[in-house]
Formats: sequence, structure tokens, C-alpha cells
Amino acid sequence: MSMPVLFFYLYAGAAIAAAVMVVFARNPVHSALFLILVFVNAAGMFVLMGAEFLAMILIVVYVGAVAVLFLFVIMMLDVDFSRLREGFLEYLPFGLLIGFIFLAELLLLAGGWVITPTVTKTITAPIPAGVSNTEALGLVLYTRYIHYFQISGMILLVAMIGAIVLTLRHKKSVKRQNIAEQNARTKEAAMAIRQVKPGQGLSDSDAAEWVR
Amino acid sequence: MNEIGLGHFLSVAAVLFTLGILGIFLNRKNVIIILMSIELILLAVNINLVSFSIYLNDIVGQVFALLVLTVAAAEAAIGLAVLVVFFRNRGTIAVEDINLMKG
Repeated sequence: MSMPVLFFYLYAGAAIAAAVMVVFARNPVHSALFLILVFVNAAGMFVLMGAEFLAMILIVVYVGAVAVLFLFVIMMLDVDFSRLREGFLEYLPFGLLIGFIFLAELLLLAGGWVITPTVTKTITAPIPAGVSNTEALGLVLYTRYIHYFQISGMILLVAMIGAIVLTLRHKKSVKRQNIAEQNARTKEAAMAIRQVKPGQGLSDSDAAEWVR
Repeated sequence: MNEIGLGHFLSVAAVLFTLGILGIFLNRKNVIIILMSIELILLAVNINLVSFSIYLNDIVGQVFALLVLTVAAAEAAIGLAVLVVFFRNRGTIAVEDINLMKG
């Protein structure tokens, strides 16, 4: 067994075992950590295949951003996760049945299906020889697929604004500086000159106006 | 890829996809685990795309995998933001309590 095959079985076995643990772990924090393990192993498989750029992107985006976001939300929300696990065993037979049917269908599909030899003549953008994977990806991503690239950028922008708008909240109890309101104040609205007679002080009506 | 073969990668992707579906069925009260299962499913799709891309010597599969990755990241961010807002309003994230619009 050569080295790449050995590493393939290592990555595949670890990825599947970690994916099982994502589903079956009692604690959602453990689920998120096993999700990280799945992605790291998938990145290893991508490297074995020769898609190095996507492997690194998988590490950066999923492990660095998405999984950390999951961990952050799990730890921030004060939820009784044991209550959410009720009925787990009740759903287990049905879930296993559905999963088994899906897997059987997928494997049947993979087993009874061949790639037409002529398909290699109709490919869209062959991987150029002699350039790195990143360069090969960039050569088509920024030319032929520039619109897809820009649309995905817009999707990320919309997602970012959406997430900020959803979660941003202004507490009434926190005093904030409102610069427009400050600049809009005139001298007449902001201050008043009172002639206070000695020994009398301000009358109540004056004082009320003063406080305002 | 030459010595490992397309079928092996497709099998791993199929198993990961199935585990994602199983996760949605088993943890149907916990939105966070459901979101993680959706990430697993999208990862399986990505493995399929990349392995076919390498097998057919066509870079387009990797471009699509990149786009799927982008959408998955956006989906996770929006989903978790919705979850946080829902938790603030209702104090729970159990799926069975998410029934405000049932009429």
C-alpha cells in the first residue's frame, strides 16, 4: 500500500468517524469540535486529490470562521441542550432507515453507472499543465466565471449586512452621542437667561422650564 | 487520485452526505446540530465536485466548489444570526417551539 492510499484511508476514516460524532455527540460543543475535525480531514483529502487551493480555503473558511461562529453561538446561548436531546432514541430507527435508504441509493447509483469515454472531449476548461492549482483556478475564475465570482461577493455582502442588521440592538439604557442632534441645537433652545431676584430664587414654572 | 480512484472519494462523499441527513433526522429538536448537518451535506457535495473535477481534468468543478463554499459560509452566518435573534425573543431554540406562524 503506497503512501497516498494509506493517507486516503486515514483521512477518510477519520472524517467519517468525526462526522458520526458530530451527529451523535451529547454536547453541541463537542459536535462543533468534531465538525472542525471533519473539515480538516476533508482538506487532507483535497490535498491528496490535488486541489490544494480549495483545501486551504476549507481550513480558513470553515475551521477559521464557520466552526468558530458555531462555537461562539453555542457558548453564548444559554440553552438546556439535554432537553433538546429528548426523543433522540425515538427518532433513531426511522433516521437509520432513511439514512440506509439514501446510502443504498447513492451506492447503487455509483455502482451501476459509467462515465462515457467521450466526456473528456467536451470538458469546459482543462486544467493547464505546469501551473499550480491556485493559478489554474485564478485563470478561469477571474475570466470566464467573473460574473459568478462577483455574484458570490454580493451574496457575502448581503449575508454580512443581514447578520449585522439582525443581531444589532440598541439598548435604551446606554447613553450615546447623537452628533446631528447636538449640531441641530440652537442657542435659543439650549439656554435661557433668567433674572433671579435676590432671596427669592426661581419660581416653580421657571424651574420646570429650566430643567427642560 | 491516480492510484486511489474516483469511486473511493465518491463513497466517502456518499457516507458524509448520509450522515448529514441522519443528523437532521436524529437531532430534529436542535437547530444548531441541524445547521452542522447541513454543513456536512454541503461538504459532501464539495468532495464530489472536486473529485470529478480532478478525474475529468476540468477546473470548472473546483470553481463551483468554491461558489458552494461561499454560499455555505453565508448560510451559516445568516442561520446563526436568525438563531441568536430568535433566542433573544423567545428564550428557546427548540424546533418545536418555533411555531409563531402556524396561524
